[in-house]
Amino acid sequence: MPFVTWLKRHLVVIAGLLTLAYLLLPNIVVTVFSFNKPKGRFNYEWQQFSTDAWKHPCGVADMCGSLSLSLQIAVWATLGATVLGTMIAFALVRYRFRARGAVNSLIFLPMAMPEVVMAASLLTLFLNMGAQLGFWTILIAHIMFCLSFVVTAVKARVMSMDPRLEQAAQDLYAGPAQTFLRVTLPIAAPGIAAGALLAFALSFDDFIITNFNAGSTVTFPMFVWGSAQRGTPVQINVIGTAMFVIAVLFVLAAMAVGNRRNRRQA
Amino acid sequence: MKTTPETTDHGGDVRLTGISKRYGAFTAVHPLDLTVPQGSFFALLGASGCGKTTTLRMIAGLEEPSEGTVHLGDQDVTHLPPYKRPVNTVFQSYALFPHLDIFENVAFGLRRRGIKGVKKQVEEMLELVQLGEQARKKPHQLSGGQQQRVAVARALINHPKVLLLDEPLGAMDLKLRRQMQLELKRIQTEVGITFVHVTHDQEEAMTMADTVAVMNAGRVEQLGTPTDLYENPRTTFVANFLGTSNFVEAEIDAHSGEEIVVKAGGGKLVLPAARCSAPTTTGGKVLVGVRPEKVSLTHADDAGAIPAGRNRITGRIADSSFIGVSTQYVIDSPVCPDFEVYAQNIDRDPRLVPGTEVVVHWNPAHTFGLDATQDIDAGVESVEEEAA
Amino acid sequence: MAAVTEAPPPLAPTAPQNKPPRRRGRLTPYWLLLPGILWLVVFFALPMIYQASTSVQTGSLEQGYKVTWHFATYWDALSEYWPQFLRSVLYAAASTILCLLLGYPLAYLIAFRAGRWRNLIMILVIAPFFTSFLIRTLAWKTILADGGPVVGALNTLHVLDVTNWLGWTSGDRVLATPLAVVCGLTYNFLPFMILPLYTSLERIDGRLHEAAGDLYAKPFTTFRKVTFPLSMPGVVSGTLLTFIPAAGDYVNADLLGSTDTRMVGNVIQTQFLRILDYPTAAALSFILMAAILLMVTVYIRRSGTEDLV
Repeated sequence: MPFVTWLKRHLVVIAGLLTLAYLLLPNIVVTVFSFNKPKGRFNYEWQQFSTDAWKHPCGVADMCGSLSLSLQIAVWATLGATVLGTMIAFALVRYRFRARGAVNSLIFLPMAMPEVVMAASLLTLFLNMGAQLGFWTILIAHIMFCLSFVVTAVKARVMSMDPRLEQAAQDLYAGPAQTFLRVTLPIAAPGIAAGALLAFALSFDDFIITNFNAGSTVTFPMFVWGSAQRGTPVQINVIGTAMFVIAVLFVLAAMAVGNRRNRRQA
Repeated sequence: MKTTPETTDHGGDVRLTGISKRYGAFTAVHPLDLTVPQGSFFALLGASGCGKTTTLRMIAGLEEPSEGTVHLGDQDVTHLPPYKRPVNTVFQSYALFPHLDIFENVAFGLRRRGIKGVKKQVEEMLELVQLGEQARKKPHQLSGGQQQRVAVARALINHPKVLLLDEPLGAMDLKLRRQMQLELKRIQTEVGITFVHVTHDQEEAMTMADTVAVMNAGRVEQLGTPTDLYENPRTTFVANFLGTSNFVEAEIDAHSGEEIVVKAGGGKLVLPAARCSAPTTTGGKVLVGVRPEKVSLTHADDAGAIPAGRNRITGRIADSSFIGVSTQYVIDSPVCPDFEVYAQNIDRDPRLVPGTEVVVHWNPAHTFGLDATQDIDAGVESVEEEAA
Repeated sequence: MAAVTEAPPPLAPTAPQNKPPRRRGRLTPYWLLLPGILWLVVFFALPMIYQASTSVQTGSLEQGYKVTWHFATYWDALSEYWPQFLRSVLYAAASTILCLLLGYPLAYLIAFRAGRWRNLIMILVIAPFFTSFLIRTLAWKTILADGGPVVGALNTLHVLDVTNWLGWTSGDRVLATPLAVVCGLTYNFLPFMILPLYTSLERIDGRLHEAAGDLYAKPFTTFRKVTFPLSMPGVVSGTLLTFIPAAGDYVNADLLGSTDTRMVGNVIQTQFLRILDYPTAAALSFILMAAILLMVTVYIRRSGTEDLV
């Protein structure tokens, strides 16, 4: 039976593509339902086609405000975590010092900890200190949990970097500052960028830790969470779809640029 | 930039005085004095871990010596960081900046020193290493040989007093390495800068350098011209590391002015007194050495035809391998269990097959004598390890 | 060649004689570490201590809490909420296994069979990250809706009969059942399984497959004896990266489940944010942390892959 042979040979491919479908199905549903015109408060059942939500993406009270707040927090958290994380990564790769093991554990633990534990314990700290929950407590929390991911990403890149490159720069009359700016930083840049991108995605999409430490401040994920109880506006799907499309276009554009550069140089 | 006349002769001398490097309890380089004269092509030769690269890095300023001083000409640079030393390095595996193109790699040093209008200089330098066309390519788009030339250009454009080369040809295949050896030699002759070259490849050191320092275990074993090192090794390490040597343990029998007669097994051998670096008291032990290519092989039946006055040893052929230009024999002799003989394939004697009784003989002038207290095999393993 | 021979070498200033060697940058690593590590100590480690202390306090919101070393809170919390704990572990384990089963073929496909589609598939795996996971999780409400095509199909194929019998679903519903929660958990953490798997698979030299084939291994034997063992680092870190967040999750149980599918995360969240019973919440959170750290340590030891960090 040729069909059975074919099936056997392509079993992995078929299974893999099914998994991919499973991963993408919700995004398809989100996109399709961004064109829905639901009857009640909830957008879970298909009623009829409409582009209303796309025409008025900010037509829901507070949603775009929460979106802009999330973006602000994500930008600052990315900046903070990237700077602090890059510094730690360089210290870990480039220097010998005491307490190295302790530092490594302190970096690893936040990644091995369920979010809810970090969220709850941070809240006890803030309550004990009498801190006002809001923008700043959210930002502090986000920098905290993004930090480890940045360290990991940057560390990997710096570790794979030939130390002779920096020695070569020194040999060619670049002082320590020049060496760092002209050689080390540009070569570590892809790792730093990867860490920053990850930090941005994590911060922007974080719900659990934010939920504990936000007080009455509402970020975009918290808005979505609240709407799941009160009623889901179609605009949520519009935002979700737009984010997906922007992300894909962004990555495709980056790849196209990379390809063109390679082709030109080849 | 205004031209200042070079202090003609000694501006590019490298003088190491009592320089050493220790890492904790481990001594990488024992106190060492070395002078590399201006304009010479100097090679530091040794197996990995012998301290040659550490020595080079101390000249570059990438390692600080534990003691001693480094002088460039009259200037003490011992405590100058690398970016303030008029010395440049061609690194092992080149260390070209992957994010900069060839032009910018070469211009790097000039720009760091704040020199404006580097275009003409960079272009001329790229012409010198025959890479004018590749200026806008990234390093990874070039072949190994081209990358190597970029590394040389990037260093040379700064007009260093000394160019340091750290195993610059290590990553290349044999053919390309030969080609680059000649190329480097050409560039050195053209620019007249002092080159200090670190290598583990004895052939490379001998082809390129005017002076070779053989290093072993953190010390300089012997320093001299390639011919001198090869013909008159003073230690077994040098004798084995540079080429192959046969050694016969012998006892000094007579010492007559220019010649020394020694007893080995039942026979006698003669060597020139000038070529014996061991103490020459009668009755003392000495290692008698000879290079395999200086030796001839004759079938035992024809022993009578061997001219008088030659050193001779009898033995049996244990093994022979034909390698084109020559045939290499291993002779099992009572005085030396595996005596090697390289015979040119001119008039091959078809009777010389394994198992044949033979006489090995050579001109006494080619014999050298070494101190018998040394390890006969020093330097043999190092060569094999590097090759592996 | 004029350019080379005529221009002078840069004249470096003469170093003062007999200056002792400078100790370059002894303190530099500490300065680099200080801000970030301080951040983690104050906002990660210190809170753990506060939480531990809160868990042994008694009192009320009105009168305030005091440390009374009231360890009974732990016992009370465990005896009251052990079903939620058990559920957390079971759901997390189930979704981790599902992630491995679903993720492995896709990671394998990307690493060895995708060819020029590799980058595109990679993008499609990562891109959903950029859409809020809450929105995507809500989409499962639509997909698994009562009377919808998925439930209908499962019904026709009598799959629901089996899952009902196993207690994973009830009646004609998938939504608000354990199956829906596990499905949501699996979906949410699948990329965390795929990426490390892909990374370790991608490192495998393709010639090893040929070598195994050359040495009389059938394709499946090649997989079992060569590919899978070599991908173990990916399997270990992938399972950790799915199990840990899944065990602490409360979003899926809340959005896709019912009161019967509440996990320990839900309890902690409710105690902390609604009931405001801080000691109980802190004790629960502490138990969860200890349990997970213990499991992770044992797991890493047993799988012999210590170089995860």
